[in-house]
Parts: sequence; C-alpha cells; structure tokens
Amino acid sequence: MDHPGQLVQYVLTGLSNGAIYALIGFGFAIIHNATGILNFAQGEFVMLGGMFTIFILSFLNLPLIPAIMLAIIFSTLVGILFERLAIRPLKNVKPLSLVIITIGASIFIRGAAMLIWGKDTHALPAFSGSNPLYVYGATIMPQHLWIFGITIMIIIANKLFFSYSILGKAMRACAYNAHAASLVGIDVKIMVLLSFMVSSAIGSMAGIIIAPLTMTSYDVGIMLGIKGFCAVIIGGMSSGLGTVLGGLLLGLLESLGAGYISASYKDAIAFIILLLILFIRPEGLFKQKATQRV
Amino acid sequence: MLSVEGITQIFGGLTALEDVSFSVTPRSITGIIGPNGAGKTTLFNIVTGLYTQTEGKVYLGEKNISFFAPETLAGLGLVRTFQNVELFGQMSVLENVMVGLHTKSKSGIFSCAFKLPGQIREEKTVREKAYRWLEFTGLVDEADIAACNLPFGKGRLLEISRAMAVEPQIILMDEPAAGLNSRETAGLAELIRKIQDLGITIVLVEHDMELVMDVCESIVVLNLGKKLAHGTPREIQEDKAVIAAYLGED
Amino acid sequence: MIKEKRQILIFTLFALIVLLAPLFLKGSYFLNVLVFIGINTLLAVALNLLLGYAGQISLGHAAFFGLGAYVSGILTTRFPVDPWMALLAAALCAALLAFVIGFPILKLKGHYLAMATLGFGIIMYIFFNETVDLTGGPSGLSGIPNLRLGQLIFDNDRNNYYLVWVITLGVMLLSINLSQSRIGRALRAINDSEVAARVMGVNARILKVQIFTISAFVSAIAGSLYAHTMTFISPTSFGFNFSVELLTMIIIGGLGSMYGSFLGAAILTMLPEFLRVFRDFDIVIYGLMLILITMFMPKGLIGGLEALFKIVINKIKGGAQNVKR
Ligand SMILES: Nc1ncnc2c1ncn2[C@@H]1O[C@H](COP(=O)(O)OP(=O)(O)OP(=O)(O)O)[C@@H](O)[C@H]1O
Ligand SMILES: [Mg+2]
Repeated sequence: MDHPGQLVQYVLTGLSNGAIYALIGFGFAIIHNATGILNFAQGEFVMLGGMFTIFILSFLNLPLIPAIMLAIIFSTLVGILFERLAIRPLKNVKPLSLVIITIGASIFIRGAAMLIWGKDTHALPAFSGSNPLYVYGATIMPQHLWIFGITIMIIIANKLFFSYSILGKAMRACAYNAHAASLVGIDVKIMVLLSFMVSSAIGSMAGIIIAPLTMTSYDVGIMLGIKGFCAVIIGGMSSGLGTVLGGLLLGLLESLGAGYISASYKDAIAFIILLLILFIRPEGLFKQKATQRV
Repeated sequence: MLSVEGITQIFGGLTALEDVSFSVTPRSITGIIGPNGAGKTTLFNIVTGLYTQTEGKVYLGEKNISFFAPETLAGLGLVRTFQNVELFGQMSVLENVMVGLHTKSKSGIFSCAFKLPGQIREEKTVREKAYRWLEFTGLVDEADIAACNLPFGKGRLLEISRAMAVEPQIILMDEPAAGLNSRETAGLAELIRKIQDLGITIVLVEHDMELVMDVCESIVVLNLGKKLAHGTPREIQEDKAVIAAYLGED
Repeated sequence: MIKEKRQILIFTLFALIVLLAPLFLKGSYFLNVLVFIGINTLLAVALNLLLGYAGQISLGHAAFFGLGAYVSGILTTRFPVDPWMALLAAALCAALLAFVIGFPILKLKGHYLAMATLGFGIIMYIFFNETVDLTGGPSGLSGIPNLRLGQLIFDNDRNNYYLVWVITLGVMLLSINLSQSRIGRALRAINDSEVAARVMGVNARILKVQIFTISAFVSAIAGSLYAHTMTFISPTSFGFNFSVELLTMIIIGGLGSMYGSFLGAAILTMLPEFLRVFRDFDIVIYGLMLILITMFMPKGLIGGLEALFKIVINKIKGGAQNVKR
C-alpha cells in the first residue's frame, strides 16, 4: 500500500467491473426466472454487443450513438433467433439437455464471431474522450462514469419494468407459476421470448460500455459470462439489489486481490469465490434456504 | 412400529404440518386421508428422510430415525412409493426391481468391474429374486420393456414391486390408486392385502375413500396440516369434525 | 443371457480389429492419428462413466487430463522418478483431488454442477499457466521421457499404439462390465431419478463421488500417457475448449455407450486432421453438433446406428417371409 491513490484506483476499477458483472448477472436471472434455464450463452451476448458496435462503426461509418443502438438491436435479434431455433422447439427435455444446448449455442456464437471478425482484439473508442480526471490520486476515465451512470439507469429501468409495467408483472407471474399464469391468459411463450430479448439486450449493453476500457475480442464472452453468473449466484438468482451487491463484491475482491496479491491470479480469485458460494450457500448470500420439492 | 411425535414443517411462511403425532401398529394397514394440500405427501417426505422437519421426531420401533437419510432407512426396511410415479424410465422393468434389491447385495465397484466370481453369483440371485417380485405383482410379461413405455397402471404396480424388493418391514404408499380404473383398483386392494399377509406394515395415503374404508384398519385424518382425527373407518365416518372439514365437501 | 453373450462377442470383435489394425496400416502417419484417437477414447470413456451412466455433467474434465500430464511430466523431468511410477502417482493425485472436491461439487445439480465444474477447470488451467517454476508456464514442459518395458521403449507410433490401445480396451471392458452390474444399475437409477434411487437404498452421494473419482483417475492416466508419448505438454491442451470437445465427443457418439465414446473420439480427432477447412470451423461445427444431436438424436450416432440396424434386420426378415410365401 504505497499510497492511498492506489487503493482508490483499485476500488474504482473493482466497482466499475462489478457493475458490469451485475448487469450480466441480470441477464442470467431474467431468463432463469422465466424458464428455469441457465443460459450458458449469456456471456456471448456481452461479446456480441462490443463486436457489433465496432463492426458497425468501422463498416457503416455511423456515429457512436446510432451504432450502439443498432448493435443492441442486432444482439437482441440473435437472442430471438436462439430462442426460436434452439429453445422453443424443445418439449419436456431433461435439464441436462438444456445445459448442453446452451453450451452448444455459446460455442457456436463464439465460433461464428471468430470466423466473421477474426481473432484480433479490438478497441471501441471511449464515449466521451479519454482525458482522465484525477481524484485522490486515482485516475478516473470518463468511461468509468458512463459505466456507473448507465448501470444505475438499467437497474432503475429494470426495477420499474418488473414492478410497474403490465408486461413486467406478467413475466414475474410466469416465473412464479407458469401454469397459473397461462390460466389467467398470459401467453407464456411470448414471455419466454421476451425474457431472452431483455436479457440479450442488457447483456450486449454491458459488453458495449466495458469495451472501451478492456478491449474486446471474439472470446471475451466466457470469462465475463462466468463472472456475471458468480454475481447472480451471490445475489440468489434475483435481478435486483442482491445481484448488484454480488457483482460489486466480486469486482472489488478481484481488483484488490489482483492489486495486492497477484495480478496473474485475478481470474482464479473470481472462480474460487464462485466455488465457495456454490459449496456453502448455493441459494445466495441474502436468501433463505428453500426445500427442494420432491 | 412407526410413530411420529409432534411433527411440524414450515416452508418459508407456510405451515404445511403442525404438531402431528400418531403411531402405527405392526402388521396393520393405516390410511392417511385429507383434502389436497393437507400435508400427506410432506409427512411421507419427512418420514422417509427426504425433507428435514422443522420440529418433531420419528421412531421406527424403539429407534429414533428422525433426520436419517433415505438410503439408511431403506436399509432398515422402510420404503415408499411416489404420488407422481418415480420410475427409472430408461431402465427395463426387471432392472427397476433389481435396483430395489440394491441393499440386499453388496458387490463393490471393483468386483463389478472385474466380474469376480462372487459378483456373478450374486447377480444371478438378484435376477431370480427380481423375477419373483414381478410374479408377485403380475408384471413378468413386461420384464424387458423400458419402464417409460409401461402403461400408467402398470407403472404404479412396478413402483410397488420395486419397493417390495427392498424386503421392507413397512411400506408407505402415496396414492397408489390415483389414475387407476376400477378393475385395476380392485386388483390393488387385493395386492395390498397380500402384502399385509407377508407380515409387512402398510401406511396408505389415498383419496379413493372406498379403497381406504375397505382395506384400512385405522385412519388418520389431516386437514390444513393438523391432525383432525384418528380411529377405525367407522369412527372416522361418524366423526363430526371430519365430516365438516372433509367428507362434507364431496 | 443372450444379451450378455452378444456383448462379449461385440467386444471381442472390436478388440480384435483394433489390435490387428496396425498390420494393415503401413503409413505411420495414420497410426499416429490412431494413438490420439486411443487417448481421446480413454478420456471420453472416463467422462461417459460420469455423464452417460450417472448423469452428472463435468465441464472441467480437461483439468484431470492436464493434472495427469503435469504430475507425470514434472515427476519425470524434475525428479528421478520412473515413468510408470509417475503414471501411477498422477492417477492417484487426480483421484485424490476428485475425491476431495467431489463431496461439495456433486451436491450441486444440473446447471449449477456444470458451472462449478467449469470454474474448477478454469482454476486448474490458471495454475498450469501460472506456476511457471513447476510447469514451465505457457511455454510448456519438454523432454518428458518415454515409458519402457524392459527393452521395449514406447517411442514410436507402433509401440505407442499398442500401449495406448491395450489400456483403453481394458478400461472399456471394465466399464462395460460395470454397466451390467449392481453398481451400473444404481448409477443409471441416479441418472433417472436420484430421489427414487435413494429411497431404494442407493447411497447416491457416495456413489457419485466414487464414480467421479474413478473418472478422474482414468482421465489422469490418459494425461500421463499423452505426456509420455508426446514428450512435450503445454497448458493449451488442457483448457475449457478441450473440456467442451470431450463433451461433444460423448454427445455425438452416444451417452452411456462405450463404443459411442470411441466413435465420437474418432470423429472429433480425425476431422481436423483430414479436413483442412475444418480447422477454422471446428468450434462452430462442435456447437452446431451439440445442439442438433441433443435435439434430434438424443442417443447419439450409436443410438442412430442401432435403430438403423434394427430397421435393416426387420426389412431382411420381412423380405425372407415374402419369399417363403
Ligand atoms: N418443498 C416445498 N416447498 C414449499 N412448499 C411445499 C413444499 N412441499 C410441499 N409444500 C406445500 O405444503 C403443502 C402440503 O403439500 P402436500 O404435497 O404435502 O399435500 P398433500 O396432502 O400430499 O396433497 P395432495 O392430496 O394434493 O397430494 C402444500 O401447500 C404445498 O404447496
Ligand atoms: Mg400428496
């Protein structure tokens, strides 16, 4: 700990990565709560967000904002295709088959991205320049502020959507009891599709706002995906505050661990936390234990 | 034989069972009845070690078996069938029953992988015993069919054959007549008596009142997680509280 | 009983073909590919014991393969340990690790188990990369000695072929025996309904850990064989992608079938060898195969072949009857 600025820097990096993990975690929770599926391809949508934006910027020469919007639309379309082609046709399959299908989809999307965009690492330009601000001896990039701002906005929008909009309430009803929901006239299939759309949109957004800081390439999806999963496990599979806290906690531990213990074990820290949580409290840090129905 | 004392089960905010106590005499047939959601299956899940009760004890004879694992209980001769038929769908009917004989054989991984002589001998007796249980329930002709291709009624019978293969002292049956036609139900009543004749204690959860009144010697009534009454079929049929809460509904 | 005889016949035929194959294969390049198919078959069989029999997924099996390779490699290059001893140590090491993590990890089900094993695999991969003093880090470990039996040194494709395939055939036979036994039935019962299996007296918790341990043991033997035949290892062979490749092998071949494991291993090993274009497309094709086979052919190619075989047999029988009339 040579100077306090360093600590502030680690905390800042940790929090901004953590915010991203929380957003990715939301994507897992939304699909899981609507369908019981854990979408292993979640991380790929994060990758798609960043890669689509770069591709649109360089090939279509669009300005940044429209490019981002288009990229989110494209990623969402991939999410829709995925649901229609690989999830909806399935009827009473075992959980194991779903695991395998989403893993298949994940490596398929990754492979396709590699074929289309190559193996290079790309940088997305920062949203508003890269003149750092200095706070307590730590460097804050404007992009950090974008990350915090957008994450807070998504968290609020998410909360409003699920608590107040008819559609959001219908999705929650489905999550709680799909059969009962269908009896009161909710179209469960549409809700499932919607959950894939919302979660691929949020995932791609996460990928877009982090890309200027960390660079992106076809294979960033696995790591980001698993870390988002770690956040949502800590948060007990909710798309709410628990997962935000989970993400921030993970981001902080990771960045402090990398700073003060060893940078090369940064990823290992995240996975060890993941295993510990799964072993000790698989229901999350903030939830009560439930009895598995027999 | 089997007794439960002060069983309480709370799921989050829901009290599924509240201070339920009763005991079952050896070699008897006891019915447990009650409206949907009364907590009958939950009680079975607690007795067989699948759920951990919030409070209360379970005894098998003199032995306190509260919190024992299901596999340990099978070894002690306590076994059950399931309301939503839980067969090993990908395995043949015969193999399903052979799994029931798991506790009656003991070859380990090593002797199984190397097909040691002891294992081959054991395998032969297990197969023969399994066939005998299929004869007992009348499923021999279906021995080689995959369990998932069995018609529903026969699936229920297979569950009973598999449970019998454990050679239990006591068998808990969760709605064995649900989904059966009247001919199959009559056969089931006969089978239940045949099992009793082997000296086995039976506890029966059932909605089919005719069957319950016919075979059971004593009946426990649950309603909304509480024990409402316990007595002979006649006593239960005349019990005011039961009629009000349960039979009156029909 | 007839079924059992038929199984012995099929295995004997398979073993004969495998053992006689080198007599007819002149080019050593093809033998070399067959050595890899043997190692991958061994790995696929190991994973199949866990996933095909007991229904427990692992996305971290490359870690046990890697652990086997590294323990063997490190013991023989940095210490004066006999390669056979190193092979045994490697297998025991992986088995011990699997046993220890098996209890907490196999409590998890489905998606959670997949994620946990995936996390475990990546942690091990990071260690292979970062413990440079031991493993040589990303640049790998070279100069691993060959195995030898008296005067016989396993340093050419023909000898390696027999080394790998004798072990692989042995493990296949033991696995087939297992599936037809009390333990195999208990494992398949857990796969179909863990709750019912436990109520029938199967100690699912212990049995799952046992099969996980055995699976890790066999995977580490494969790793050790890989290290001693290649004489060079580096972390890239033991990452997440390879775990997915193993999964793809047994899904394509057929869950629960040991010949399916061979078929899957053979296909996935040969395609990139012989189809140049395949090399860039490999993960796209693996992904597609995982999805399509799971959706349309849940018993894999072996299941498909069996069904086809039955149809043909029935056609022939039908034809014969027509002729009689
Ligand atoms: N694992 C669980 N978690 C939460 N609630 C549960 C669980 N298992 C059962 N319940 C609840 O406990 C109550 C009793 O259920 P139970 O299945 O025991 O009823 P039952 O008497 O068997 O009914 P039925 O006749 O319909 O089979 C129900 O309200 C049910 O929803
Ligand atoms: Mg019930």
